[in-house]
Amino acid sequence: MSNENKGVDAEIVRKIARLSRLHVDEDRLAPLADELNGILSWIEMLGEVDVKGVEPMTSAVAIDAPLRADVVTDGGVRDKVLANAPKTEAGYFVVPRSVE
Amino acid sequence: MFTAERVADKKDWLTGNDGEWEVIIGLEIHAQVASKSKLFSGAATEYGAEPNTQVSLVDAAMPGMLPVVNEFCIEQAVRTGLGINAKINLFSRFDRKNYFYPDLPQGYQISQFEFPIVGEGEIEIEPEGSEAVMVGIERLHLEQDAGKSIHDLSPNETYVDLNRSGVCLMEIVSKPDMRTPEEASAYVEKIRSIVRALGTCNGDMEKGNLRADVNVSVRRPGGPLGTRCELKNINSMRFIRQAINYEARRQIDIVEAGGEVDQETRLFDNAKGETRTMRSKEDAHDYRYFPDPDLLPTKITQEYVDAIKATLPELPDARRARFVEEYGIPVYDAGILTADKAKGDFYERLVKGHDAKIAANWMMGDLFGALNKKSIDLDDSPVNSDALGGLLDLIADKTISGKIAKGVFEKMFAGEGSADEIVERDGLKQVTDMGAIEKMVQDVIDANADQAAKVADNPRLIGFFVGQVMKASQGKANPQAVNEILKKKLGL
Repeated sequence: MSNENKGVDAEIVRKIARLSRLHVDEDRLAPLADELNGILSWIEMLGEVDVKGVEPMTSAVAIDAPLRADVVTDGGVRDKVLANAPKTEAGYFVVPRSVE
Repeated sequence: MFTAERVADKKDWLTGNDGEWEVIIGLEIHAQVASKSKLFSGAATEYGAEPNTQVSLVDAAMPGMLPVVNEFCIEQAVRTGLGINAKINLFSRFDRKNYFYPDLPQGYQISQFEFPIVGEGEIEIEPEGSEAVMVGIERLHLEQDAGKSIHDLSPNETYVDLNRSGVCLMEIVSKPDMRTPEEASAYVEKIRSIVRALGTCNGDMEKGNLRADVNVSVRRPGGPLGTRCELKNINSMRFIRQAINYEARRQIDIVEAGGEVDQETRLFDNAKGETRTMRSKEDAHDYRYFPDPDLLPTKITQEYVDAIKATLPELPDARRARFVEEYGIPVYDAGILTADKAKGDFYERLVKGHDAKIAANWMMGDLFGALNKKSIDLDDSPVNSDALGGLLDLIADKTISGKIAKGVFEKMFAGEGSADEIVERDGLKQVTDMGAIEKMVQDVIDANADQAAKVADNPRLIGFFVGQVMKASQGKANPQAVNEILKKKLGL
């Protein structure tokens, strides 16, 4: 992250919140920035560990990814897929218009 | 990250009001892997199904569902990587690309960002009317397709079909190595022919199996790079060229008027032939990629890659060179006949026991013409290679003339039977009985005595007599025999 020196400020919180579609009240931006900075500096402590010669860990478990054969085994469950949709029509999800 | 060293040929520079410009083009091609099921779920990928019937709960992003990688998709990415002469990465990883859109139920697309399965490669393209150009490949990675938004079913709403959601795509990113619209479309054509030959993607652009995002910028010839715009989801060669032409002019006009090009994503409107803003700069995406915690890294071995390499078919470039070498047909013909696997296979079946050039002409002329007219794929042709071969046999042994054969072919194409059957049924056998031909010739000469008298002064009149005899024989007389007998009788 390019912000590790400056830390997080209210503007960055506002931007991340918007990208994540989260609503954050104006008066919560600065306190959230403080909290995030606290978390980040706590994580920074990991930088003190000497990892010279240790291969980067890429996942939490050291096993190979399970793979599937290319066979159709699923689908055909439209009722389940659409069950929670607020609005459907002719088998489609119907949502507010997403283009002008 | 990118540099663009090659300067376009002077003839390809665009002239503005204020000097010359060159166009810098890079492409991202999305090629759908020809798998039966999706990248991370067992739902079907078949085109044209009823909405939301090929959606698993994984594709619909229901809570608690876990993706599992389709091993066939990994194999196809490696095959394609080998086909574009690229480095295969034995370690790759799936990342989440985060953005919100109604047809993206997860709220992120699973893609590969930091560790793609295929690294740098290179292919040669042959743009029409200019020399071959090498185009660098930056990477090839695997990712999920999104669902489909339909905006024209209701004035105020968007309809969403998730059948495509989770279908496996290979994104092939080129370096900005192209300088003209023709180079860009030749590049897409070449990638398409490679994936089709490999069988990793069926390359049907109309069905969206292969589509391109085009990055366009302009600069002074050899100068520093300009700001680029991305033109989204263009699905035909002609539109790719149109969109680039329009976009380059638009950017030149802006810069020459003292303005700056905004880096943005633009949509090509193929009805109007212009591009327009799709996502403005303020909306610029910050995708916040991070490793997908639901998936483990993909590790493959060199033995696995070598085993795939051993099964690679002959690629179009190699096949074209072999057709020229082995069959002695022109490079142009060989290019057409190797444009995809089906054509090359058809030709190789047909050419056995037949004249190579005549076989090529019949395929490229009568057969492709008839198929095009009816919009039928070669694989579904009513005249297969054996049947066409049967027709060529009849021409070769002089049972029928090439001209009569064209009519026979049309009847074969209409399903009226084999060449033999049609020739027999319609009595089209060429008359090779010299006595019969001689009599016809004599009859024609007798009936046109005054013309015959003029032949000595005007030898070209023989054409008239040949025509008359052929007409009298309903096209069945052997033209060579007719000529010889005529010459003898008319004293030429």
